[in-house]
Amino acid sequence: MNSNEQIWSFLDEVMDPEIPVLSILDLGIVRSVEVNAEGSLVTITPTYTGCPATHIIEEDIRSKLKEKGVLNFSIKTILSPAWTTDWISGEGRRKLKEYGIAPPEESTSDKSLLSNKPKVVHCPRCNSTNTEMRSFFGSTPCKSLYVCSDCKEPFDYFKCL
Amino acid sequence: MNTNQQKALYEYLLWMGDTTLVLGHRISEWCGHGPILEEDIALTNIALDLLGQARFYLTYAGEVEGKGRSEDDLAYLRDVMDYKNSLLVEQPNGDFAYTMIRQLLFTALSYHLQEALLSSSDERIRGIAEKAIKEVTYHLRHVSDWVIRLGDGTEESHNKAQEALDEVWMLVDDLFVMLPGDKLLVEEKITPDLADIRKKWNDTIKGVLEEATLKVPSETYMMKGGREGKHSEHLGFILAELQFLPRAYPDAKW
Repeated sequence: MNSNEQIWSFLDEVMDPEIPVLSILDLGIVRSVEVNAEGSLVTITPTYTGCPATHIIEEDIRSKLKEKGVLNFSIKTILSPAWTTDWISGEGRRKLKEYGIAPPEESTSDKSLLSNKPKVVHCPRCNSTNTEMRSFFGSTPCKSLYVCSDCKEPFDYFKCL
Repeated sequence: MNTNQQKALYEYLLWMGDTTLVLGHRISEWCGHGPILEEDIALTNIALDLLGQARFYLTYAGEVEGKGRSEDDLAYLRDVMDYKNSLLVEQPNGDFAYTMIRQLLFTALSYHLQEALLSSSDERIRGIAEKAIKEVTYHLRHVSDWVIRLGDGTEESHNKAQEALDEVWMLVDDLFVMLPGDKLLVEEKITPDLADIRKKWNDTIKGVLEEATLKVPSETYMMKGGREGKHSEHLGFILAELQFLPRAYPDAKW
């Protein structure tokens, strides 16, 4: 029988398949872990509706927990409340930047998605704010393509949702 | 929920699921053919989001139907007559202007519909809407930008966009067709009255087209029938491609 804390620590070893420096805890995908006499229930939520990684993440959780010898667990996916980039941890943001992806800059509560106001995005390489968006859509559903006007490097920006 | 409501909800979920599945499939055909790399990526991103929505709706449809059918069973093992998507989304991509106009007409509907479904009395539908509205919001922004850019662009891009709009307009009423069972869903506040959504849609479309210097086509013959399973010849070709593998190899796993 594993404790709640143990399950959480096992889950912290499951990495996002697209951004392998982030664990699924850093991303805020795991919403709860319940442990009772019958077993454990891990509740997760998808990041983007069409993200192909969602299915892989579920499989990865399954194999990680099996590898750790956890018996009788199930995984439940919920949609509500909808995932937001606000749930990415501070540690997750730091790791993203180190990996070369600019972390989401602001809270989504200001409805910035609805406006066309350009966001101030820091270049993950030289920290300049003199950056511009090249394409709202990027190499994965969660990213936009930016370019730094100072160091001239293109980079991915994890868009706010 | 009584049997009639259940049947009405199943039909409604098929409409939503099939419409997003077919349009997602259509725009994924642009993969590798976009006019610029960024747009190629944008269209395939949007296709993925639509496919994700389709999965939620078809999974739920299978549960509501209660015959043990999965999202895959519904997507891969129904024939044309059993597909309930709106006619607009099965139309071939045409040129880029046509794809963008078609996308705008659908996305404006999707946006206002999802916005209304945020207060659905059905928890599952509400959950899907909470998720979808975030993405649909930027889909609408993206496609509106393109329609404005094409309409208010060069003479050629303007003409192509106007031609596309004139050609596709006859399929607009079909987007808002309500089946007799929808009344039951509206009464239970599960789904909104599509007549109300139409009003909001009209305003949104009017705003974008005005800015794009495009003219709303004059009254024309309106073709309908998508939700009753009466489709154009194009849907069969999409399904032939979409369904080939699971039909040829019924036990295939992926």
